[in-house]
Amino acid sequence: MKTRALVTLAALLVFLVAAPAFLGGYALSVLILVLYFAYVGQAWNIMMGFAGQLSLGHALYAGLGGYVAAGLYTHYGIGPWAGVFVAVAAAVVAGGVVGALGFRFSLAGVYFALLTIAFAEFTRIGFDNWAWAGGSGGMFLKVERGVSDLVNLRGGPTMFYYVILAMAVGIFVLCRLLLESRLGRYWLAIREDAEAAQAVGVPVFWCKMLAVTISAALTALAGVWNAFYYNNLFPETAFAMGRSIEMTLSPIIGGLGTLFGPLVGAVVLTGLGELFTDISDQFHIPGLKQIFYGLALLVIIMYRPAGVWPWLAARLGFTERDK
Amino acid sequence: MSQDFLLSLAQAITKGLLTGMVYGLMALGLSVIFGVMRVVNFAHGEMMVVGMYLSWAAFEYAGINPLFSLPVIAVIFFGVGYVLQRGLIQPFINRPEHQQFLLLLAVATLVVNACLAIVGPDSRGIQLDSQFDSYELGPLVFDAVRVHAAIAAVVIAGLLWFFFTRTRIGKAIRAAADNHMGALVVGLDVRKLYAITFGVGAACVGAAGALMITIVPVTPFLAAEYTLLAFVIVIVGGLGSMTGALLGGLLIGVSEAVAGLLLEPSLKSMFSFGLLIVVLLLRPQGLMGRKDSR
Repeated sequence: MKTRALVTLAALLVFLVAAPAFLGGYALSVLILVLYFAYVGQAWNIMMGFAGQLSLGHALYAGLGGYVAAGLYTHYGIGPWAGVFVAVAAAVVAGGVVGALGFRFSLAGVYFALLTIAFAEFTRIGFDNWAWAGGSGGMFLKVERGVSDLVNLRGGPTMFYYVILAMAVGIFVLCRLLLESRLGRYWLAIREDAEAAQAVGVPVFWCKMLAVTISAALTALAGVWNAFYYNNLFPETAFAMGRSIEMTLSPIIGGLGTLFGPLVGAVVLTGLGELFTDISDQFHIPGLKQIFYGLALLVIIMYRPAGVWPWLAARLGFTERDK
Repeated sequence: MSQDFLLSLAQAITKGLLTGMVYGLMALGLSVIFGVMRVVNFAHGEMMVVGMYLSWAAFEYAGINPLFSLPVIAVIFFGVGYVLQRGLIQPFINRPEHQQFLLLLAVATLVVNACLAIVGPDSRGIQLDSQFDSYELGPLVFDAVRVHAAIAAVVIAGLLWFFFTRTRIGKAIRAAADNHMGALVVGLDVRKLYAITFGVGAACVGAAGALMITIVPVTPFLAAEYTLLAFVIVIVGGLGSMTGALLGGLLIGVSEAVAGLLLEPSLKSMFSFGLLIVVLLLRPQGLMGRKDSR
């Protein structure tokens, strides 16, 4: 990385750490959204951007993670820092099942994507009818005003902001280490040409399995955070296909397989989303915001199909060493 | 098992078969597009919903029976599909799958929210005189609207079969699907054939929408459900296979109807997704798909 890029990164980090001190409630909530989408986008990016496996069912892992941690907390009083291990384990098992079945039977591309959708939908309908999880009526966490309890993740937006910031920084560092590692190189080889990778001795099946389980585990963390931040979970939204698709947008728009792509994509999309909310609030036409959003997606994918970040990085004069 | 139960089971199966024909026609559109262009139309259910709305509007404002507005809707859909392919999708034909997916996702978002903005979120259905008619065959009772819709779907599928096996353009499209390079070498205008294919696929789903409105009322929120349903059907039947799409439609129609009878109605699509998972794992090319088409 050039010094210029490093300085920018350091400045960004300082800004993010100091942000709650000078940002108002609304701005902070927008920033929380940005970091959340950057985080889940990065988690999804490991699977698609690094290893080239298209998952359109990542809501499965986030939903499972959220439900497990929230369920343990509301039913048994087990706090999220302990529950998160169970949540991650559940997501790893789910990811392992999806991956093992899909990769063992060598499903690729669209077929694999449809398998991931099918599993997410299957689980959604299951949770809809599962009383322990509250069924379609949803599961709710007790809201306690005025406390800041990091142990039980009960508190105000500032606390959740720092938690998601730490997660976003952590996953960024992790992804950089992964990309530099042997596993990361294997993933890129598989993404570019799985058959050639297999031929030169890359353990393709196990590398793909690691991609899906690591990605699922990290996505489950986001699910836990999400459940405790919003204090409610519904199968209709937690496992929805729309939720899965939402997670894919930041990295695709930002730049698939790049480290900064998910963050840039999250900034662009959340920014546009807030802007469109403001504009469409003036008109009272249902769906208007989504129409703007659809148009924006259309324009970006048509004119910047490789994502905004590779183009932006070149413009800003950073060396582009991400693949 | 009691006589009553067997009768209601048979009744559910026939109902599922009739609805399944319309499902099959919808899935046929998706299958044709994928089979020829290798592009997955993620806006398929959205197009279906537009077909339903057009048919509803023709009935609501001009009193036209859906069976008569259907040909007009099919022609409009053909034109729109043709233009959409030429203008938007053609540049993406050789792009990575995730880019195609995002493009069609954007189209889907635009379409469904345009419906929401124009018609609103309320459910819209039509009241035909024939909705209260039924045909009886022994102890079984068939809803007249379902019978009419299924017959129309079969006729359209037959026309499509004729188009793809007996006409020059249809054969040329199949040639381009089988061997893209070869089609270019012998001088076929593949871009135009692709546009026609997308038009035909769109016409199928538009027609299916016009038939579906006689059976179920429409809301914009049905769109995503139909997209998923169409995926399930074509994967079960075999992506790219025309008979597979129809067979898949029947299978899913019946499984939904039977699951709705035996289990809670909310569990009925779990059945379909379970079927999808099983088929993907045991026979990923689908029931009627060719091994190499994967």
